Amino acid sequence: MQNIIELKNIGYSYHSLHGETTALQNISFGIREGEFVAIVGPSGCGKSTLLSIIAGLLQPESGTIAVNNPDGSLHYPRVGYMLQRDHLFEWRTVYKNTILGLEINNMLTEERLSYVDQLLFDYDLDKFRNKRPSELSGGMKQRAALIRTLALDPQLLLLDEPFSALDYQTRLMVSADICHLIRNAGKTMIIITHDLSEAISLADRIIVLSARPATVQTEIPITLTLQDNSPLAARNAPEFPFYFNQLWEELTGEKRES
Amino acid sequence: MQEHRHQHRQISSCRILLLAAFLIIWEVCANTEIIDSFFFSSPSRVIKEFVTLWTEQSLPIHIGITLLETIVSFILVFLISLAVATALWYSEKLSKILEPYLVLLNSLPKSALAPLFIVWLGTGINTIIIAGISVALFGSIISFYTGFSQVDSEKITLIRTLGGSKKDILTKVVLPGSIPIMLSTTKVNIGLALVGVIIGEFLAARRGLGYLIIYGSQVFQLNMLITSILLLCIIAFGLYSVLQYIEHKMRKNTSL
Repeated sequence: MQNIIELKNIGYSYHSLHGETTALQNISFGIREGEFVAIVGPSGCGKSTLLSIIAGLLQPESGTIAVNNPDGSLHYPRVGYMLQRDHLFEWRTVYKNTILGLEINNMLTEERLSYVDQLLFDYDLDKFRNKRPSELSGGMKQRAALIRTLALDPQLLLLDEPFSALDYQTRLMVSADICHLIRNAGKTMIIITHDLSEAISLADRIIVLSARPATVQTEIPITLTLQDNSPLAARNAPEFPFYFNQLWEELTGEKRES
Repeated sequence: MQEHRHQHRQISSCRILLLAAFLIIWEVCANTEIIDSFFFSSPSRVIKEFVTLWTEQSLPIHIGITLLETIVSFILVFLISLAVATALWYSEKLSKILEPYLVLLNSLPKSALAPLFIVWLGTGINTIIIAGISVALFGSIISFYTGFSQVDSEKITLIRTLGGSKKDILTKVVLPGSIPIMLSTTKVNIGLALVGVIIGEFLAARRGLGYLIIYGSQVFQLNMLITSILLLCIIAFGLYSVLQYIEHKMRKNTSL
């Protein structure tokens, strides 16, 4: 299957009065359509910077992220970004929040609006559409934020340590829920996380970044034998501890007794 | 709930009692000559004076002029602050350049400027409106701008991830997110605009409550002076209440 995005030799430095700090160096990887990729790495290694570059919020200093199509044209995917918190606006109703992106891009077409209606219905938010975000539970807020992102029909979804504002139990359920919904919508996903279990249970492949300046240290494809396909069940898969130890070694450089 | 309502009623009745007690003690003291009613007036004299002023000295016009000047100043302060704060928000450089001047103009006692306005603009309603604006404007700009720049930067990132421009950030996040701070600033502004208007009327008017106060003191008509002051109290309270009501309504509608 064709890559939806291809990073080639991406480099990025922060400039300050005290000089420059290289955040990213020579980062290259490709992501296939429909694939779920988790990016893990030591804190402060530049994971969020990398995501901002993929989202087009920052320009890389070197390298490219476009895909060369066979006919010679360049392909940039439409990207949707989910931030750490839902950031639903309290001065808008839930529905008005979900169409915020459409409003900004002047895309309030009948087709898009009916897609949003469909999503609200599918995600059990229909009866809350005229409520304020504060009246929703943590999980419902994340669903509303997902609709806001999906409304623009992105091909690639970026999740930057999502749900990290939620308590652990809610977080387990919400991340399983949201990722399930993203898979069902047929999207490709890149998720940044510091939770190794989350990375293993959600992703098809894990990219491990080194400490700053970040480079791709290794890539680990994940294959779990599962009865059902839920991320919670994934934690009980026989291969789970093996992947966990492998990741741990990559990140800390230490062998872990198991 | 019932307890809450009970307490609410208790507070209201205490407030009214306090006012009534003040008026009664004032009246009694004036009538028994504990205080000199020539200097301190009394509630009954104030009412009599009010009726005289209303019927013979066109008091409604004086009140109307002061109200008009205050409301016009207030609205202009709001619009100018909104425009300037938006410009400062758009350009960080501009805000850095202007910051010391804003602080300086804000801390300058604006009553010192009133004589200058009279020389430049003559005596009239324009001068007084300018005086009203000058008192409230700079603090208002600073508050608005502070409110704008305190908007959560992640909310701004959100707009950018949705493909929004700086204009979208302003209209979708910064302005709606700053409504609470704008409302509380306008409540301060209405009082300050009134202060400026009265200062202006002291110096450069032949109509308005500020004029009546100055005129009353010059001709030793202390009944007139105190009546005007009490009317000012009522006006200040009334204007504040209107804004309070608007704020309440807006908060309810936007649940901020």
